[in-house]
Amino acid sequence: MANFDQELDASGLNCPLPILRAKKSLAGMEAGQVLHIIATDPGSVKDFEAFAKQTGNELMESKEEGGKFVFLIKKN
Amino acid sequence: MSNKKLAIIATKGTLDWGYPPFILASTAAALGYDVEIFFTFYGLQLLKRKMKVAVSPLGNPGMPMPMGMDKWFPVIGTAIPGMQSIMTMMMKNKMKSKGVASLDELRDLCLEAEVKMIACQMTVDLFDMNPADFIDGVTFGGAATFFEFAGEADITLYI
Repeated sequence: MANFDQELDASGLNCPLPILRAKKSLAGMEAGQVLHIIATDPGSVKDFEAFAKQTGNELMESKEEGGKFVFLIKKN
Repeated sequence: MSNKKLAIIATKGTLDWGYPPFILASTAAALGYDVEIFFTFYGLQLLKRKMKVAVSPLGNPGMPMPMGMDKWFPVIGTAIPGMQSIMTMMMKNKMKSKGVASLDELRDLCLEAEVKMIACQMTVDLFDMNPADFIDGVTFGGAATFFEFAGEADITLYI
């Protein structure tokens, strides 16, 4: 389990809420800090990839864990 | 480098068609876009403080209905009084159970992300709408106001 600075549980939320909540969480964090996100929306896998690519934040990890989708995003 | 820009024209005032402008605007804002939405004709319903929007199965053969109603129900059944409010209620419940945000919630997220909202002055006058019924932060303007922003937009959508 990688280390992270903040956690966001977006379970049960559907598009585009996981992305919007993540953006909000990242806004309150400092560069280099890592956000741990848990989601259940299968669309969020592609969406967090696209989000990271377009915002310049690094998607360090994206995996499925016990039916949930888990992401680690490092703020740029 | 200046931000990318998204310009949207929102023309529809139903529960289902209210989603695309607000979903795309809020997401684009989260991705760092500057966003402006121009609300015209029925789209102005989406700017009312108390959003009274519904969804109708009438004239919408693509709308899935519960319990296979769309299969055995005669088309005229969709015109039965009360059908629209029943379908609207069912749609809202379904959205809630699937974790889909409400239109009010998405609109708030847009405002929070500083999405600029323009109400078409001509439509407001045409339908004798009261500017006081609209949410705070709305600017009233015309086609030229839209082009001032859209002329420099990277993406322009008509919804």
